[in-house]
Amino acid sequence: MTSIVLKRVSKKFGTTSVISDLSLAIDPGEFTVFLGPSGCGKSTLLRMIAGLEDVTSGEIEIEGQRIDRAPPGERGVAMVFQNYALYPHMSVRENLSFGLKNIGMPKAQIDERVQAAARMLEMDALLERRPSQLSGGQRQRVAIGRAIVKEPRAFLFDEPLSNLDAALRSRTRVELSRLHQRMKATMIFVTHDQVEAMTMATRIVVMNQGRVEQVGTPLGIYRRPATRFVAGFIGSPAMNFLKVEPAAGEGGMAAVRLGDGTVVQTDIPTAGLEAVPAELGVRAEHVTTGGGIPATVDVVERLGDRTLVYSRLRNGAAVVYEDEGDSPVSVGDAVSLGFRRQFLHLFDASGKAHQAPTLEGGPRHG
Amino acid sequence: MAEAAALSRPAGVVGRRTWANGLFVLPFFLTFLALMVLPLGVGMWLSFQDYDMLGGYGGSVGFENFTRLWEDKIFLRSVLNTVYFVCLSTPAFVALGLFLAISLNDTYRRSAVLRSIFFGSSVLSVTIVTLIWRLVYMPERGLLAVSAGAVGLSSPSFMTTESLAMPGIAIVTVWWIIGLPMMLFLAALQQIPREVYEAAALDNASRWTTLTRITLPSIRRTIVLVAVIEVILQFQIFGQVHLITNGGPNNATRPIVMFIYEAGFRDWSLGYAAAASQVLFVLMLAASFFQIWIGRSKQED
Repeated sequence: MTSIVLKRVSKKFGTTSVISDLSLAIDPGEFTVFLGPSGCGKSTLLRMIAGLEDVTSGEIEIEGQRIDRAPPGERGVAMVFQNYALYPHMSVRENLSFGLKNIGMPKAQIDERVQAAARMLEMDALLERRPSQLSGGQRQRVAIGRAIVKEPRAFLFDEPLSNLDAALRSRTRVELSRLHQRMKATMIFVTHDQVEAMTMATRIVVMNQGRVEQVGTPLGIYRRPATRFVAGFIGSPAMNFLKVEPAAGEGGMAAVRLGDGTVVQTDIPTAGLEAVPAELGVRAEHVTTGGGIPATVDVVERLGDRTLVYSRLRNGAAVVYEDEGDSPVSVGDAVSLGFRRQFLHLFDASGKAHQAPTLEGGPRHG
Repeated sequence: MAEAAALSRPAGVVGRRTWANGLFVLPFFLTFLALMVLPLGVGMWLSFQDYDMLGGYGGSVGFENFTRLWEDKIFLRSVLNTVYFVCLSTPAFVALGLFLAISLNDTYRRSAVLRSIFFGSSVLSVTIVTLIWRLVYMPERGLLAVSAGAVGLSSPSFMTTESLAMPGIAIVTVWWIIGLPMMLFLAALQQIPREVYEAAALDNASRWTTLTRITLPSIRRTIVLVAVIEVILQFQIFGQVHLITNGGPNNATRPIVMFIYEAGFRDWSLGYAAAASQVLFVLMLAASFFQIWIGRSKQED
């Protein structure tokens, strides 16, 4: 039994295609994050599920029931907007009960639900206030409360954290994860922030230019990105990409030659490569020091627990690597780098990624 | 903190208040004094004088002008007429203006054209408007009479029937300047964020609920504003009446301003006219305050 199914959904604004032929199934209780750069169609997709945008073609089902032509209110979904979209002239209590009154729920039941939501979100004391008397974080909570009281089949979040400051954002992330675990509800969360996606999602849908690039668990996507786009979008600092040419490998595994002439041996079987590898990908934490590839240090970022070192190979190619927090490295130093071969990624000209078969996708968490 | 505050402004400016700052408001203040306060004061003073342009200055008469007004049947009729007219026209301005704004609040070309048409009549002068409507109301050969005749009905003669003359004038006035309320309402409607409507749609709000619980409360201030503006404007009705019915039939359309005009510039009794002006002034003030008060008390519940 799946909760939300999208079947070959497309969306066009005039002649501009925003989403083309997208299919996706979301299991009940999943915290799914639609992740992608602005303009990739993730918000449009969410709004199509909510009923705020028409579907140009394709079908959307919620709990087995086709809803893509139903009005928003009859879809059984609740949405939290980026700007909260609270009703400014209504108190918090009225904001929460508005939707329930509209479906003719008895007053006693409305009060009960509003009380329960207020207790869950610790905003009992705010019920008689108006949105203008609340802080950004409190408004955010009211917006979530307004979704909770409806006991929807699915929660839809449209970048709800982007108006909060950094500290409040990370706190709200934790609160949302906690809420999800407690309610066991199906949630879809749209964001362009990969940290939000990595920290909250049970499953991430990475989108680019109206198409799904990859669907997977956060660690699965982090460790085995399917395309160069995903590899570059997920992870901070971003993965290092080095232009390479194929070289003679040993034991049936591919090897590549870097721009400075160094040959790098991978654990990726040559047999699995459909095309000539064009780029080598390696994350900062998989670059080691003392590996024999000469480089010069450009910039040093000290984060306390670790140090990010921005270096350049002899041919000028940039490589970021992670060092210990108290690393003595300083700008201008000559260093010698190596790559942990089991964690390397190869990308062909079409952007398709290849990893070593031994590289685990990681546990499915959540 | 104190240091930062001091740095943000040049030293010495902090907290210094000098009379020279007043120069900034002086041009406005002088204009306001010369064109608003002074005439108001002179008008008030005049209303307690026997000031006849033909008979000369007869000295101060205390409240005699006002007691005369109280006994003047034509004046009392004109007060009732004016209040009646305001009661006819202001609700129409608010309701119709709101209706037009809500109907035309979209991006279709058709709506843009209609908005221009509805606003267009506002730029016409009162002479043109009254000319047009005299052709509409003209008995037997007017647009109304001809159209009614075409479908086998007979149209009432608005301008010569005592009970219909004032509603007729109200129709002319609403047709003439419905554009401004419509534009004010349109501006207010466009301030309502789209997300609020989307949230309401997800909250199962019907169209009626959306209108009464989302749209109207969101533009309540503008509704009060339009009502106050129209009350102030419509209390001063004069031109349309002067040019269409000239106060008739049988004083049924004679408004206060026309009474003032005739007392002052036909009969030349300036003191008497000034007294009538004070009555109008108090009426307008009271009506405006009443409306603002209504708007406030609604906000509080």
